[in-house]
Amino acid sequence: MKLLIYAIAYLIFLYAPIILLPIFAFNDATIIAFPLSGFTTEWFSELTQNSALHAAVQNSLIIAVCTAIFATILGLCAARAGAMSDFPGKKGITGFIMLPLVLPEIIVAVALLVILRQVLGLSLGNWTIIMAHVLICTPFSIAILNGAFGALDPAMEEAALDLGESRWSAFRLVTLPLVMPGIISSMLIAFTISLDEFIIAFFLTGSNPTMPVYIWGLLRFPKSLPVIMALGTILVALSVVLLTIAEIFRRRGVRRAGGTDTGGFL
Amino acid sequence: MAKFSTLTQDQTRSIKLLGLPLIYALLLLAVPLGSIVLFSFWTQDFMTVDTTFTTANYREIWDSPIYSLLLRRSLMVSGIVTAVTVLLAYPVAYFISFHVHPSKKSIWLFLITIPFWTSYLIRVFLWKVILGYNGVINSGLLQLGIIDEPLTFILYNVNAVIITLAHAFAPFAILPIFVVLEKIDRSLLEASQDLGETKFSTFLRVTLPLSMPGVVGAVLIVFIPTIGDYVTPELMGGAGGKLIANMIQTQFLQLNNAPLGAALAIVAMICVTAISLIFVFLNRKYLRGRT
Repeated sequence: MKLLIYAIAYLIFLYAPIILLPIFAFNDATIIAFPLSGFTTEWFSELTQNSALHAAVQNSLIIAVCTAIFATILGLCAARAGAMSDFPGKKGITGFIMLPLVLPEIIVAVALLVILRQVLGLSLGNWTIIMAHVLICTPFSIAILNGAFGALDPAMEEAALDLGESRWSAFRLVTLPLVMPGIISSMLIAFTISLDEFIIAFFLTGSNPTMPVYIWGLLRFPKSLPVIMALGTILVALSVVLLTIAEIFRRRGVRRAGGTDTGGFL
Repeated sequence: MAKFSTLTQDQTRSIKLLGLPLIYALLLLAVPLGSIVLFSFWTQDFMTVDTTFTTANYREIWDSPIYSLLLRRSLMVSGIVTAVTVLLAYPVAYFISFHVHPSKKSIWLFLITIPFWTSYLIRVFLWKVILGYNGVINSGLLQLGIIDEPLTFILYNVNAVIITLAHAFAPFAILPIFVVLEKIDRSLLEASQDLGETKFSTFLRVTLPLSMPGVVGAVLIVFIPTIGDYVTPELMGGAGGKLIANMIQTQFLQLNNAPLGAALAIVAMICVTAISLIFVFLNRKYLRGRT
């Protein structure tokens, strides 16, 4: 009972900042502070007129979609290999691929900046951010897809092979549909991470900022803060929807493959 | 050790599949990491990089007090954040694993992870709204008459950085502990109580030691990344709350001194890795001492 109260207090602590977002997004005042003054939707309509913001959002969406696709492809390869027989060095290789999960993001950012700008002399753009985001999202994809592949019964694919399917079509017709929910879940998670990522994007962004980089610029101007609150409200709502869908698919995937749910993305 | 000629077909296929993500990680992680190590031994000569091998950057970091001050402050902040996060997270992980009905566990985990996925920048900024001069806490306390003047020690200093980071990394700490707690064989706890231990001593002598690998995982997954965060100290830290990551960012993006920035990044990484290894070693020793 005491633990339940503690856990609920902890959840309130976790959600405290997020609950404030919609409160100030609809508050009719330019200062983000209490007491509240009145209800307005002005900040949301201001969002629709800001073309610099629209460009940034568009950039971020392109980056996030590409990241989701590439990270999931790499994750699929690694997770499928993970479900197969071990070979010497496999653990080490997998550990190395998972390394970005614990590496401080600033290290990844400066390392990529040095190699791209100083060593190769390339100019920065959306593609440099995509490359970095794929690197940091792949471990998450692998973790999710490992769950999907791990619960899979290898006998099903073997049965398809015995019945005369080729290796590729056995994978496509039997395994792929079974891990499809995991794939969708992995893409949604990678999309969400990439859309929100700032530390690396700030280093690798070219002349066109991504949405978080644009927000970072706005944070210095007190006048634009209510608009950020409105934008934040939309973003939070969007990520809650995306994550809920991802979670539903992840669970369905584990169930379809015949496993029991252990819960959690990581 | 198996020889290559004795690999089964399945093993060969597994190697080929793992090849793609491995090559990607090699090209985008190993090569860039190698290049910053190389860069750290070069120097910035106005607009060009002087490629004669030198340890000048490391000597500069060692000699000027500002870098060691920032580094010590960073390590202290990361250490406190880790301790706070893990201590606060453990009871929650314990509660979900031992007291929540199995069918409700994933909804609890889902609720805990949601705030972690929502816009990081805005979340950090909102802590400013909570802790600020006329923020939620101050106006609330003023209205209740508990304080006469707004509290100022909670924003634009190291405290604010610690609170915000502890909030941001909370789910990171819960998940590894939860996973390990789930694996503990519940009959061991019954056995301990049958043998006359109280609930509390069972926790201390059975549950806690068995869950240590999860605690270690939580410590590492919070401690290592927090050293690389420059957003929170920039927004919340004020002048006295800047950390080493801010300095690395400044060297790269404003002062255009990539070699010194690279050396700082490497020194920070070495410190974090060394402390993590010592922690893992001490923990092993502690666990071995018990069995």
